Amino acid sequence: MRRLLLQALMQGPLTEAPPAADEAVLAEIAQKLAETGRQRLGRSLSIREVDAGSCNGCELEVNALGNPYYDIERFGLRFVASPRHADLLLVTGPVSNNMRVALERTWRATPDPKWVVALGDCAAGCGVFQESAACAGGVAAVLPVDLVIQGCPPTPVEILRGLLALLEQNAKA
Amino acid sequence: MTQLTELLGKGNAIEGHRPWPRFEVDADTWREAAVALRDEAATLLSVWGDGDRVHLALAMMDLADPLVLTLACPERRYPSVAAIHPAATRLERALRDLHGLEPDELPDPRPWLRHDTAMPYPFLPVEGESLHQIPVGPVHAGIIEPGHFRFTALGETVVRLEERLGYTHKGTEALMRGTDLMKAARLAGRVSGDSTVAYGWAFAAAVEAALGVQAPERALHLRAVMAELERLANHLGDIGAVCNDCSFTVMHAHCGALRESVLRAAAAAFGHRLMMDRIVPGGVARDLDPAGVEAIRSLLKEIRAKFSHLVSVYDGTASLEDRVVGTGTLSQALARSFGAGGYVGRASGRKVDARKQPGYAPYDKVVFVTPVLSAGDVDARVRIRIAEVEQSLALIEQLLERMPGGPIMAKVPATGGGEGAMLIEGFRGDVFVWLRLGADGRIERCHLRDPSWFQWPLLEAAIEGNIVADFPLCNKSFNCSYSGVDL
Repeated sequence: MRRLLLQALMQGPLTEAPPAADEAVLAEIAQKLAETGRQRLGRSLSIREVDAGSCNGCELEVNALGNPYYDIERFGLRFVASPRHADLLLVTGPVSNNMRVALERTWRATPDPKWVVALGDCAAGCGVFQESAACAGGVAAVLPVDLVIQGCPPTPVEILRGLLALLEQNAKA
Repeated sequence: MTQLTELLGKGNAIEGHRPWPRFEVDADTWREAAVALRDEAATLLSVWGDGDRVHLALAMMDLADPLVLTLACPERRYPSVAAIHPAATRLERALRDLHGLEPDELPDPRPWLRHDTAMPYPFLPVEGESLHQIPVGPVHAGIIEPGHFRFTALGETVVRLEERLGYTHKGTEALMRGTDLMKAARLAGRVSGDSTVAYGWAFAAAVEAALGVQAPERALHLRAVMAELERLANHLGDIGAVCNDCSFTVMHAHCGALRESVLRAAAAAFGHRLMMDRIVPGGVARDLDPAGVEAIRSLLKEIRAKFSHLVSVYDGTASLEDRVVGTGTLSQALARSFGAGGYVGRASGRKVDARKQPGYAPYDKVVFVTPVLSAGDVDARVRIRIAEVEQSLALIEQLLERMPGGPIMAKVPATGGGEGAMLIEGFRGDVFVWLRLGADGRIERCHLRDPSWFQWPLLEAAIEGNIVADFPLCNKSFNCSYSGVDL
C-alpha cells in the first residue's frame, strides 16, 4: 500500500489537459439561451445520469469520465445520486417503452432551471434501435432536449467537449 | 451422457443445423430433457420461441456436446421446462411475452419483459413480523443500468430480494427479423455494450456455421485478441469498482486508470475503444498494423508492471478483506443447478469455460488455465477475475506471437439459408447465439442469450442474510447485464 502511494506521488497526476469546448455546441447553446432567456446555473453543474434503455456502452464511457485521466470533477461537473439534486439530466438510450414513465418522472423530479442532454446515437435518435416498436426512438420524443452528443458510444473526450461548452456558455449568459 | 444419447434416439435429426445437431422431438422427449436438466445430467443453454415452435438448447454439464431440441406447438402451448427445471423460468416468461407461446404449468406466470403500466406488478408476498420493504430503481443512484430491486428486510438484514427487470427492453430480436447480415451484426454488438466483442463473435460465428464459411486464421486470432482485451478492460474496471463499493477508492482510481489504458490500446489497435463492429460475419473489419501491435505490447507491459502491486494491496488490506470475505455467498449447488457461467460459476466450483469446452479456434492452439474456486463469496469472484486478468495477458502475448498472416475476411455468400449456433466465452460467461438465415441471406430468426440469465436469479439467493448496505458490493461482484437480458 505504502509503495503504491509513494509511486503515485513520484509519478505525478495522470490527469490530462482538458479538450477545447465544442465550437458547434457553444454556438448552439448560445442560441438556446438567447431563445429561452433561461436563468443561468452558474459555473458548476450537478448531473443525474439516466439510462433510458441503452446497451450500457454509453454508461461505460460516462463512468470513464471519473477516472484519473479525465477527472471530470475538476471542472465543477459532478454526478449526483438524485434528480432532486441535479441541474442536468444526461440521458442515454433510445427511451424504451418500459423506461419512458421512469424518465418522465425523473425529469419532473428535477428542479428548474434544468437542462437535458441526449447522449449517444440512440438518445440522439439515430441509433440502431431507432425503428423498434419497443422504443420511443430518442430522448427528444419524450423530453425537450437542449444538447445532443452523438457517438456510439461517444468517447469521454467527446462527452467532455460537449459538457464543457454547455458550462462555458451557460456561465457567460 | 447416456440420458442425452437416449433422448436423441427419440428425435428426428434436422439437416443443415451447424455445428451442433438439432432434433425434432415430441412432448414426452421434451419433458425428459427437462428432467435431465433437473437431474444435472445436462445444463441449460437456452429456450426460445420461433413461430409456432419452441427450441431448447442444452449441453453436458461441462458445456460439451451442445444440441438443440425442437418441439412443434401448433396449439401455441408447450410443456414448460421451468415446471421441472426452475432455471428456465425467466427465459420462459420472456418467451411467452415476446412470442405468445404458452408454457403449460409455468411456475411463475407473471409477465417479464412486457411491462403493463396500467397494472401494478404483483411482487411475491413476504410474510413475517417486523419486516419492511425497500424499493430501489429503476433509476439508480449510480451511473448504471435501470432495474428494480424490491428488498424485504428485517432490520439491517435482507430477508428476500426480488428483481424486476425488462426496463431496457428494446425489441432487439424482433428488429433482427428480415434484416441483412451487416445490420444484424450491429444489433448483436449492442445487446450488451460491455460484451460487444463476445456478441459480435458469437453472431458472426453462428452465421459462418449456417453458411458453411470458414473465417481466415488471422481473423480468428484477431478476434481472440479483441475478446481478451475486452475481458481485461471489464475485469480491471470491476475489480476497482468492487473495492470502491467497500469505500476503498484508491483501488478504484488505479484500476480505472488501467482500464483506460486498455481502452486506449484498443482504440489504437482496432479504431474503437470498445471494439464495436470490428467483428463481422466472414472475419474482422479491420486489420492490426505494426503500430497497433506495439500499442498492445506496451499495454501488456504496463499492466504487468502495475497490476501485481494492486493485487498485493487487495491481499493485504484487512478492512477490505473484512467486507468481501464471506459476503454474498453463492452455494455450489445453486450455481450448478442454474448453470451459472463466468466468474460467478467459477467462484462457486463450476469448471466451465466455452473457450475450452465445447471449444473454438484459436483457443485450441494456445495455453491457458481456467481458474476455479469454491468459496462462492465476493472475494472468490474478485479472485477469479484477478486470475483471469493474468491469463488474458498471457493469452494476448501468445496470440500476438503466433499471429498468422493472410486475409482477414472470407467471402460470405449473399444468399443461401441455413441454421447456425455458437457459444462464445465473454467476460461474464458464455454468450449463446442461435440463428436461421432465409434463402435470401437475411435473418429469419436470431436468438441471443446473455450469461446473466442464469446469474441474476442467483444474486437473489446470494444476498439473503446479508445486510442491505452490502447489496451494492454483492451486485457489483456479479455485475450482471441488464440490457443483455432485457433484449
